[in-house]
Amino acid sequence: MLQTALNALALGSVYALMAVGIGLVFGVLRLVNFAYGQLIMAGAFSLAVTSEHGWPDWASLLTCFAVVIALSLLMEVAVFRPLRDAPPATMLVATFAIAFLLQAIALMKFGSLGKVATIFPGLFDPVADSGRFATVRWVTIVAIALGVVAVVGLTALLERTSVGLHMRAAAADFRTARLLGVNANRVITLAVVLSGMLAAAVSVILVIQTPLVVPSFALRDTIIVLVGVVVGGLDRLWTATLGGFSIGVATSIFTDKLPTDATVYVDSFVFGLVILVLLLRPSGLFAPRSARPVERA
Amino acid sequence: MRLRLGNPFVGFVVPALLVVAVAAVGSVVSSANEIYFLTALVDVVIVVGLYVFVGNSGVVSFGHISFVAVGAFGAGLATIPTDVKPNILPDLFPFIREHSIGNVESLLLAAALGGVFALLVGLPLMRLSGLAAGIATFAVLGITHNVLLYYTKIGPGAGTMTSIPETTHLTQALVAALIAIAVAWLYQLSPLGRLVRASREDAAVAQAVGVSVHRQRLWAFTLSGAICGFAGGLLVHQLGTITAEGVYLDLTFLTLAMLVVGGAGSLLGAVVGALLVSGLDSFLVNAENGVHVLGFSFDVPSGASLVVLGALMALILVLRPAGLTGGREARLPRLRRGRPQEPRPATGGTS
Repeated sequence: MLQTALNALALGSVYALMAVGIGLVFGVLRLVNFAYGQLIMAGAFSLAVTSEHGWPDWASLLTCFAVVIALSLLMEVAVFRPLRDAPPATMLVATFAIAFLLQAIALMKFGSLGKVATIFPGLFDPVADSGRFATVRWVTIVAIALGVVAVVGLTALLERTSVGLHMRAAAADFRTARLLGVNANRVITLAVVLSGMLAAAVSVILVIQTPLVVPSFALRDTIIVLVGVVVGGLDRLWTATLGGFSIGVATSIFTDKLPTDATVYVDSFVFGLVILVLLLRPSGLFAPRSARPVERA
Repeated sequence: MRLRLGNPFVGFVVPALLVVAVAAVGSVVSSANEIYFLTALVDVVIVVGLYVFVGNSGVVSFGHISFVAVGAFGAGLATIPTDVKPNILPDLFPFIREHSIGNVESLLLAAALGGVFALLVGLPLMRLSGLAAGIATFAVLGITHNVLLYYTKIGPGAGTMTSIPETTHLTQALVAALIAIAVAWLYQLSPLGRLVRASREDAAVAQAVGVSVHRQRLWAFTLSGAICGFAGGLLVHQLGTITAEGVYLDLTFLTLAMLVVGGAGSLLGAVVGALLVSGLDSFLVNAENGVHVLGFSFDVPSGASLVVLGALMALILVLRPAGLTGGREARLPRLRRGRPQEPRPATGGTS
């Protein structure tokens, strides 16, 4: 029971981190970044390559963050910025194209068999040798702690600093915020960098859990989280985060609790649950009752 | 006035002529190359199906390949000869295992499966706002893929479905493409099509004047699901084999790329994009095995076709966010005076 709860919390935390990363960018750009999973994949490959060359863990870690943040900034400058005034559908498909491009590059460069990343191997050890904690690993604890720290830190940033205020203003109404003197590029760059940092953190956690890095690394997780943030409600950061967290918890519980012959259908159960929730709460699971179902251009 | 009646018809004739021309070229090339033209025609049907929803409603769907998948698996299962079916797929439900139908019936079955499936999943999903609805269709794709990959009572599971009669030849593919184009064209001219296009332009205003955005999107979703299912039937009868991976993310990306490159806002864009990207894809896949064009020898590393496609699509989107056709239908050169210049879509310009 405790085991199931801890697993659920851990996956929920990881998915919440991803949801925050996606939600931050959506807030300022109104853009759902499908390529988010490929950022994580790129970070994972950088961990694999550096650890293969025998770099110390801290150097791998720094490289991973540098690679992912640089890549997300590159995306912002090369694609998101020129498309800022394009219809949302175009932006959505553009990020899909980037996702596909990055994955194709990884496939060409590293092959479909992938690489093994050995980083912080100690974190995969169980917390205790015996008893009911036998399969609770340190990385689970780290994931939960990181999730809590990230959410608390971001809340502090958004609520207590002036740049956070700017970001919230931009998320609420980008055009008006600009008119009132919010520096659009600065706010967007900050959001993109923060979301890149979260992606890098997620790639470290995921790599410790599954050291084999393949081009489709984190792809399934990203699809689940994307659906999760929609279920939670994309309009607000905290509802998107809760959506990501909840779908992580649900996925983990289904994985642990379904009968053995049904575990292959975890995705179906999760997505089925999603459709059920959408049927009951079309404007988002955590959206206020007053939220209007009509979309704005 | 004469032109006004004539012009919409051009919107059908030009795409139709394009596919006829492709089929005509395909019929004179060597039989080894015919496959590329066949693939292009089947791609046209899938992309036109996708266009009926995405183009008319303005909501991007990432789930339409699930309708293609359902059509493909349905038509494939229904036509494997009964004397081999129990041997290659022993776990099937007895009813499916012991009955088989003909080619045309299987295509109709595929269309019906796609349409019904789209209607069922559209009922909850189309209630979402546009962006969320598009992303939620990913959930549908996820479920479809997951079930097809593991449920061996309705298919080969993680294996390959084989022994499907390869009945999609050029004539049939051409007729199918013409049917799809005609249906899409009639729909977008019909009152229903106009209502859903109104909701695309401004959902709030459309709702204010009494358009049920939910219902109109649901119609478009169902019709496009039926065309995609039909396309799945064609696809499976072209390939002769099918896997769950074959109708998943790669095909989703490829067909979306076709639609967006051509211009999601018009039927012409869907057809042009499908033909161009399909041709490019065939060429690049060939190039991975080494080709010679005009005396130049290309030696493209394997996997490069996807890289080029992804990069090209991103580039076209940045340079021409509304696609190559700019979302405009084909029309006659303006011969008569007196028609006001139609305002160009704001998104049509280059950066």
